Amino acid sequence: MLSLEHVSKTYATRHGRHEVLRDVSFKLGRGEHLGILGRNGAGKSTLIRLISGAERPTAGIVRRGMSVSWPLAFGGAFQVNLTGLDNLKFVCRIYGVDYKPLIPFVEEFTELGKYFREPVLHYSQGMLTRLAFALSMAVEFDCFLIDEAMVVGDVRFHERCHLELFHKRKDRAFILVTHDANVIQLYCKNACVLHEGELIAFSTVKEAYDFYLATLGAQPLAAAE
Amino acid sequence: MEDQPSLRRCLAIQFRVLHALLMREVITRFGRENLGVLWLVGEPMLFTVGVATLWTASGMHHSSAMPIVAFAVTGYSSVLMWRNSASRCTAAVAQNKPLLYHRNVQVLDVLLTRTILEIGGATASFIVLSSFFIFIGWMPPPGDILEVFGGWLMLAWFGASLAVLIGAGTAFSEVVDRLWHPASYLLFPLSGAAFMVDWMPENLRWFVLLLPMVHGTEIIREGWFGAVVTAHYDLGYMASCCLVLTLAGLYVQRQARLHIEV
Repeated sequence: MLSLEHVSKTYATRHGRHEVLRDVSFKLGRGEHLGILGRNGAGKSTLIRLISGAERPTAGIVRRGMSVSWPLAFGGAFQVNLTGLDNLKFVCRIYGVDYKPLIPFVEEFTELGKYFREPVLHYSQGMLTRLAFALSMAVEFDCFLIDEAMVVGDVRFHERCHLELFHKRKDRAFILVTHDANVIQLYCKNACVLHEGELIAFSTVKEAYDFYLATLGAQPLAAAE
Repeated sequence: MEDQPSLRRCLAIQFRVLHALLMREVITRFGRENLGVLWLVGEPMLFTVGVATLWTASGMHHSSAMPIVAFAVTGYSSVLMWRNSASRCTAAVAQNKPLLYHRNVQVLDVLLTRTILEIGGATASFIVLSSFFIFIGWMPPPGDILEVFGGWLMLAWFGASLAVLIGAGTAFSEVVDRLWHPASYLLFPLSGAAFMVDWMPENLRWFVLLLPMVHGTEIIREGWFGAVVTAHYDLGYMASCCLVLTLAGLYVQRQARLHIEV
């Protein structure tokens, strides 16, 4: 069970405190899939960072009764001097997993060829994205946190990500955070909308989506970015 | 905020995170080209040899009982212990922020990684250089190796606690970084590397002895050269300073974790 209890997050800005999340609570059991919709700037990524433990809430508690992944396909921690293989070793060491049996999977999935053993410095954006996703799949978690970032890349990559995550690992829990309702419709039973710092739960994905569209419509185009 | 794991499990996680970070840092910093990880020892060795040469050339010689090379090696190696570890930690949090996405990686781990590498490198450099100079006869063997080791350990404690405090401080404000550079520059001539406290006029000794690292260097020199030097130090004072720095460092790094936006 993963649960958030009255979680708030405020950031200090030059113009005083800025509240991004206000009193967010929810529970997620093993194997449950939750979709969270929200327009740009709604605090989706902040929420993911708090759930993953990358940042601490200003108030409230995050309880992790199952193992929770880092934000999926997050590639920011790549060190340019390290090779793809070095990065795999690093992640495996952090999580206490043997890296050797994982090499074939990562090599096959990333299609990096000889570049797998070259410094990340020489990688293209596409290669980086594939590596980041493959590393996220290398460690098995009970619950995966998926930020919309993973939907970059071409159609084929997209399909392979979906296969790995939503089919091969469909018994796991996940939280999918996006502004694309189609993905949520496909894979989630429950959906919430993050709106003005509050998380609003809906019983069906359709209701959540309708509400989300309404929040978009209520905003002037410029403010909606 | 996870279900609190046992101490044993915490230690296992701590160990594997530090191991992962150390392996990563070594490759990141030294790469696989030319000497690679040997630079960890080579860099401080070059510094120490350079300083020893300069001091010999400029005739910084107060006491014929201590060969100048031996004086420079014991002194400059002591400086490396606290100055390099603290300096390497000033940018550590900023450079490693993305790693905090991995929940088990803490600010303290990032800082300890750099400190361990710096202290390890300085120690290895000290051992290699002094062994070499003893072998060719430019340096006497240490009179009381346990006392040298004790002084070294105290300097390591001082260096590590200072590094954690400075490193965690930079996570709050760049001012810490900006102040540390002039401070380390000014502290060097006062640190006891280039003098013995005994050479000072008596009314100035209390002043240099306010600096904790002076005590460590004095202990090392007493252990190395024995009765030919008169050392002035207070182990209890140095330990108290280190303890205060350690507690302050641990507190600030904990606050930093709550404060940092990744």
